[in-house]
Amino acid sequence: MSTENNILVKLNGVGLKQNEKWLVKGVSLKVEKGKIVTLIGPNGSGKSTTAKIALGIYKNIEGQVEKFTNNIGYVPQKISIDWTLPLRVKDFMLLTDNLKDDALDEALTLTGVKHLKDKNLGNLSGGEFQRVLLARAISKKPELLVLDEPVQGVDFTGEIALYELIKKISEKINCGILLISHDLHTVMTATDHVVCLNGHVCCSGSPKDVARNNEYKALFGEQASQTLSVYEHKHDHEHSNDGEIKKN
Amino acid sequence: MFDDFFIRALVAGIGIAFVTGPLGCFVVWRRLSYFGDTLAHSALLGVTIAYTLEFNIAVSIFITSSIIALILVKLEKKTNLPGDALLGLLAHSSLAVGLVAIGFLTFIRFDIMGLLFGDILAVTNDDLLTIWIGGALILLVLKLIWKPLFASTVNYELAEAEGLNPDRAKAIFTILIAAIIAISIKMVGLLLITGMLIIPTAMARNLSDNPQKMVIFSIIGGLLSVFIGLFSSLEFNTPSGPSIVAAALVLFIFSLFKIKQTIQLKN
Repeated sequence: MSTENNILVKLNGVGLKQNEKWLVKGVSLKVEKGKIVTLIGPNGSGKSTTAKIALGIYKNIEGQVEKFTNNIGYVPQKISIDWTLPLRVKDFMLLTDNLKDDALDEALTLTGVKHLKDKNLGNLSGGEFQRVLLARAISKKPELLVLDEPVQGVDFTGEIALYELIKKISEKINCGILLISHDLHTVMTATDHVVCLNGHVCCSGSPKDVARNNEYKALFGEQASQTLSVYEHKHDHEHSNDGEIKKN
Repeated sequence: MFDDFFIRALVAGIGIAFVTGPLGCFVVWRRLSYFGDTLAHSALLGVTIAYTLEFNIAVSIFITSSIIALILVKLEKKTNLPGDALLGLLAHSSLAVGLVAIGFLTFIRFDIMGLLFGDILAVTNDDLLTIWIGGALILLVLKLIWKPLFASTVNYELAEAEGLNPDRAKAIFTILIAAIIAISIKMVGLLLITGMLIIPTAMARNLSDNPQKMVIFSIIGGLLSVFIGLFSSLEFNTPSGPSIVAAALVLFIFSLFKIKQTIQLKN
């Protein structure tokens, strides 16, 4: 499936220098349709910066960003809304796109916050607000979703459900997802491609490859690389296309 | 067109209120009230240039204010001074230079009070045309940039990330503020234009739970202020600008009772 036509955004050796200091340097990655690419790395390693570069928010960057879509949904890590502006959830949902009421309801229902539609944004809890942010980003059926810590502040069961939802959305509308997450469990199970950042790309590849990488172990500790073993198990069989089991 | 000076003032005021309502909302949301003030102060310089070069006053103010806005943007990038200090610097220096320039223009009689506080007697039929045509243009442009401007007011990065070009919307909005100052200076006066922009909007904030409502209430508040202000200006022979702004203040004070009520209802 890895043809040129499926690429949504491609970074070629991008970097950003602010106040004589490189925030990130030499990052190359690409996001394809229907694939989830996850950025991991310690605090200050340039995950959000890389996402913002991919989105075109920073102007004075090194390297090239090639974007092949303009239909983008973005969930920023931090968002502060000025309360001098009275804003209901449904006003916020229509911020960057003119959506039909149905599309709006559908997205709010998926993230479980339809009952908050007429509420003022200022009265929501952190977790509720996060669900609204996610609903807003998916409501316009984007080709590319950029999710920067999309489930922060959401309760534990909700967190799992939302990650499942994200995975489901990527399959259903066949969009590419650039995800930033601290939750290594999710990263290792739901992701197609992992990029481990620490100012530059430490290592990247499939979750399995990254977990075995020594730089990854150095960053996250030996334990983190064992996280994967919970999910990894030996396959003694394969499935054919109709689901039938084929013995090896 | 309108023979009676009072009718002219009323028609002018109505036109201005329709424009200051929505623009004022953005001025409040984007925290630009001192920015508006600075541009209004620089309008005096525009007036003196207009008299010296025998040029249309509104056009001259519009150009001067736009240039001051540009200088401000450049200075913000080039100096380490905080934004409010730069605003004060430009506001007072352009006001001072304007007043000094008036001192040199001894061959013309200036009604300084009229320039600073507005003068309903000075509104001519030509001014009405300027206000209504200029006002309609301002509203049209605002409608065109509404989506990106509003989205970037809520969150710049979301607007930029999802392809709305917020920088362009912001630049155009700055020009719109210069334009409203240019068309309303005769009526409201340069010291009080910002009051006309933000006080009805502040009242509207107290009464609304969503942005559309706030814009509508802001327009209604502006219209009421114009009516009440102009009638009392006629009745008590007070200058028009302060009368309109004082009326807006009274409306704002009434709107505070509404907040008190809602808080009590919630409890």
